[in-house]
Amino acid sequence: MTGIASKSANGNLLKAWRYALPLAIFFGLVWFLYKGLSLNPREIPSALLNKPVPDFSLPQLHQPDKTLSAADMKGKVWVLNVWGSWCVSCRYEHPLLNALAKQNLVPIIGLNWKDKPDDAKGWLRKFGDPYQLSVSDLDGRVAINFGVYGAPETFIIDKAGMIRYKHTGPINEEVMRDTLIPLIRDLGKA
Amino acid sequence: MIDLHSITKSNPSIGEGFRARVAGEARQCLSFVFVCVALACSSAFAQTATPELPPASPELELRLKKLETELRCLVCQNQTLAESPAGLAGDLRREVRLLADAGKNDEEIKAHLKARYGDFVLYKPPVESKTWLLWFGPFVLLLGGAVIVVAITRRTRAVSAEAPKLNETDRDRASKLLGDN
Repeated sequence: MTGIASKSANGNLLKAWRYALPLAIFFGLVWFLYKGLSLNPREIPSALLNKPVPDFSLPQLHQPDKTLSAADMKGKVWVLNVWGSWCVSCRYEHPLLNALAKQNLVPIIGLNWKDKPDDAKGWLRKFGDPYQLSVSDLDGRVAINFGVYGAPETFIIDKAGMIRYKHTGPINEEVMRDTLIPLIRDLGKA
Repeated sequence: MIDLHSITKSNPSIGEGFRARVAGEARQCLSFVFVCVALACSSAFAQTATPELPPASPELELRLKKLETELRCLVCQNQTLAESPAGLAGDLRREVRLLADAGKNDEEIKAHLKARYGDFVLYKPPVESKTWLLWFGPFVLLLGGAVIVVAITRRTRAVSAEAPKLNETDRDRASKLLGDN
């Protein structure tokens, strides 16, 4: 009696597994696919996070005979924004940078990436100039050192010259309010 | 362009609502195309071109080509540096060339780009603890499949072993019925 009972219990268990396992696999698959929907393949984690800012020395956009180097910014929290007059989404985030500049919270340095200086200056006259100054990266090698793969990109660098944050793509109000400004304030206190 | 008026005039069964819907869809489609063309143009025409370098020696050319096929273009993500027409790919090809001219070997060049763009720039991801699933997952699945196949065949064999054996007369009858002789 007990033998038969345990055998049928075993059979029930087996039957339960038969239905449960494919269901579990199905839900596992659904979970992966669902996650895949919300992942952005263009968002590549920055290899430079919490690394020292790459050294550079570039001519200034408005005074090409003067240069700016990474060392000049040491001791300050600063923002580096990669932009170009050819870049459509830069136009989208530009009003937010203008607003940030008005707050006088942090110097914003523009890395004018592979742009014609005249186009760049015209663009700033038209849309406003939030940058303390912009530097011209004509051949794009400094951008490569920053791991830039598309404009706009925004870096926040701390007083010790370490990259603390990188935002790829245009900044929106939410990112500015909830991430960038709090981080800049925090780093300023440190 | 298809003339919607002539279609709907010649075919009175097509109602006003359908006509409006088709027109709306056509408009939407067209504006999408316009936006795409505008985006493509505006981002392409003003970015300065990658400065040209003097041609490389044939050996260097060969080495660079091979190296470029092992590096990923970060803009057109399913293309290698060698085949991508993107502006950034041109810049990165130039960077690879400049590094090679500066006497760096292939591993050093890859490490240089990896330090800036992460693993992503390498077409072949390194074997690390976080990529184990990627590298070994398929083999685990294959093994799992093999285990299932073995289990099923074993069970079928056990079932057929339990089945009653045929005696001679039954076998003869069966083969006659099946028309073997």
